[in-house]
Amino acid sequence: MDQMLLISILAAAVTSGTPILYAALGEILAERSGVLNLGLEGMMLVGAVSGFMAAVKTSNPWLGLMVAALAGGVLALIHAFLTINLRANQVVSGLALTIFGTGLSGFLGKPLIGIPAPQTFKPVTIPLLGKIPLLGPILFQQDYLVYLSYLLVPILWFYLYRTRPGLHLRAVGENPAAADAMGVGVFSLRYLYVAVGGMLAGIGGAYLSLAYAPTWLENMTAGRGWIAIALVIFSMWDPVRALLGSYLFGGVDALGFRIQAVGAMIPSFFLNMLPYIFTILVLILATREGSRRGAAGPGALGLPYDREER
Amino acid sequence: MKDEPNLVEMRDITKGFPGVLANDRVSFAARAGEIHALLGENGAGKSTLMSILTGLYRPDEGEIIVAGRRIELHSPRDAIRNGIGMVYQHFRLIPPFSVAENVILGLDAPRFLLNMPEIEKKVAALSESYGLRVDPKVKVWQLSVGEQQRVEIVKMLYRGARILILDEPTAVLTPQETRELFLTLRRMAGNGHAVIFITHKLHEVMEVADRITVLRGGRSVGTVEKKDTNPASLARMMVGREIPPAPSRSEGPRGEKILELQAVQAMSDKGLPALRGVSLTIRAGELLGIAGVSGNGQKELAEVVTGLRPVQAGRLYIKGKDLTNRSPKEIIEAGVSHVPEDRLGTGLIPNLGVLENVILKEYRRPPISRGPLLDRRAARERSEDLVRDFQVKVAYLDLPVKLLSGGNLQRLLLAREISAAPSLIVAVYPVRGLDIGATETVHNLLLQQKARGAAILLISEDLEEILHLSDRVAVMYEGEIQGVLPSSEARLEEIGLLMAGMKKEATTA
Ligand SMILES: Nc1ncnc2c1ncn2[C@@H]1O[C@H](COP(=O)(O)OP(=O)(O)OP(=O)(O)O)[C@@H](O)[C@H]1O
Ligand SMILES: [Mg+2]
Repeated sequence: MDQMLLISILAAAVTSGTPILYAALGEILAERSGVLNLGLEGMMLVGAVSGFMAAVKTSNPWLGLMVAALAGGVLALIHAFLTINLRANQVVSGLALTIFGTGLSGFLGKPLIGIPAPQTFKPVTIPLLGKIPLLGPILFQQDYLVYLSYLLVPILWFYLYRTRPGLHLRAVGENPAAADAMGVGVFSLRYLYVAVGGMLAGIGGAYLSLAYAPTWLENMTAGRGWIAIALVIFSMWDPVRALLGSYLFGGVDALGFRIQAVGAMIPSFFLNMLPYIFTILVLILATREGSRRGAAGPGALGLPYDREER
Repeated sequence: MKDEPNLVEMRDITKGFPGVLANDRVSFAARAGEIHALLGENGAGKSTLMSILTGLYRPDEGEIIVAGRRIELHSPRDAIRNGIGMVYQHFRLIPPFSVAENVILGLDAPRFLLNMPEIEKKVAALSESYGLRVDPKVKVWQLSVGEQQRVEIVKMLYRGARILILDEPTAVLTPQETRELFLTLRRMAGNGHAVIFITHKLHEVMEVADRITVLRGGRSVGTVEKKDTNPASLARMMVGREIPPAPSRSEGPRGEKILELQAVQAMSDKGLPALRGVSLTIRAGELLGIAGVSGNGQKELAEVVTGLRPVQAGRLYIKGKDLTNRSPKEIIEAGVSHVPEDRLGTGLIPNLGVLENVILKEYRRPPISRGPLLDRRAARERSEDLVRDFQVKVAYLDLPVKLLSGGNLQRLLLAREISAAPSLIVAVYPVRGLDIGATETVHNLLLQQKARGAAILLISEDLEEILHLSDRVAVMYEGEIQGVLPSSEARLEEIGLLMAGMKKEATTA
């Protein structure tokens, strides 16, 4: 394989992995606070469609992005209300959210199908860094949202492990009763991180419709929300590992795309399947390794908290 | 100290849970500089009262006054702000976090960045000043129960709590650790704190408390000065009747060998050797007590005998039959009953009702099973019989067992295990956390089973309990049996030495 092709595949891996990375980072925050949100796919779709709609109306992709984040956040708040206040089962509520989001986005997106985005996020070469051989064209000739995700990963990592609010976030997901007894606001923190998680999922969706595709197609996430949920487990709730996992998925995705473009004799359905199969395999291997080392998710993941419950 | 004003006062507190009135117009007050014991049977409402004081439960009625000011507690945060701190019966620690991280949890300072080395230094300094040895860097899951308790206390002191509440702090401690805890409590009282502590052990009350408040059935019976009372009258206040003298061990005839372990080795959960060649035998009609500081292999020993933990080497015989590494089901069928340490994890299923828990072990056999179906009527009759015979207090048979009080939980578990007429009973810390009435019931049940001809393996940290009930005492240290003594000849000091790892040879040599 010549170098140009390799570079283009790796650059495409980053682009293709970015929406998953945003969604996974959001889910990491929610799950770290103890709330499992299986509504990722739905929130991404609604983010994609609402962001696209706003960008079409205003011709400003940044405004589109904000609307997408807001839409994702609002959907997540529904999940928060159901699971935190009403103590509904988190799995059921999350699944319902995905079904709802899928339907809603299809409905809202009907008139938008086939319209090209007026303004999209386009690659911008970073001065100096973009000139580095190999790494430059792979990492630093991307769009602003990719750069934003580069910043977000270390920031989140630092926030989780080196700051007081990060400590409180982990405490709430690990043992809410202990956190509560020490005066940490379990309910408000869970609300906060579920909402922020939804906003990041919305941004992930908008990345698809405003940068990756960039257009609106019904069901355009194509299961990326579920892959992101799987990646959260694979990453053991760690932002840096989530980045690696996302690019891995993106890499296989990009590779399949190239093979298809070259016109190999492999059915396209099979190639489209590849990244999902690959992710699941890696997931199985990684979690087996993880469980052997005794690493597990947040202790109270999926459990509602009630102060007066025995 | 006599004329000290009350540092904290609770007036006419009422709190109901669905189906029970846990506190019924209870009043309680504690002064700065005193150690105030809160006594009462299981379910008397002690934990509820104190949880109200820490803002965890909202009272239905009543008021709270701290340092002369009436306060409203909406959350634990408010309580902390008013200088109230509590060490809960079930610790509230985060195991994967370090000691220092647990200590600073919920505080407003540091604002944002965590400078752990600096925080660790402060935590270490504070804990040393109270004689509470803990390493701030260690993860909490690596600590023994006693050390975890110290972390809980440091947590409160770090917040500058002036009112310290400890809910049954000694239930999980060794005698040595208990003594250290009492020194710490004294020091805290000396520094002007009000220390409130809950216990079931009267001798501890007489040893450490200045004043005592007794609760019974959700009501306050009264507050007395230690010097004006004695254990017998306290017991009367708690129970509302005379406590008969403790039953004593009787020598019955010994029968065949029921349990025999030959050089058994097993691993702990962490994959380290926990049993290093344990050999022992128990005969029918004999009660063997295992003494030792917890964490020396007792838990693993009980699990090996009940088939819950694989044996790495050595053999396990029950009534002469080799049952090494057989399933728990086969071992149950061989007539082994288990009263595990963790009643709501291993012993009972918290969210299932009384009825389902009662039939857990016999649902496969008639009359409970009819072919592939359960006979609900037979199951109900069986549960009703047991609940009546063993005096378990339950509102109705479908009540989830997690809502039962500690004493009733243990009665139910024993009822199920004993009613199968087992030939071997493995009882692990069977009276931990139980009040004197319930303790007496459990001890009586065990002795009755012994008289019936069952072999009993009793694991306990309470030396007096062991000496009182056992025919022979085996002392465990680091996965080995240090020595086995007939309890009529055993002296406390000798057992203490063995528990600390001094071999028997050393004492006889
Ligand atoms: N969260 C709860 N939900 C329902 N019932 C409860 C709850 N907490 C306590 N109760 C009930 O209230 C009563 C008092 O319980 P509490 O835990 O205060 O007793 P206690 O004196 O601390 O007993 P123990 O010595 O067993 O710890 C009991 O009948 C108990 O079953
Ligand atoms: Mg209690």
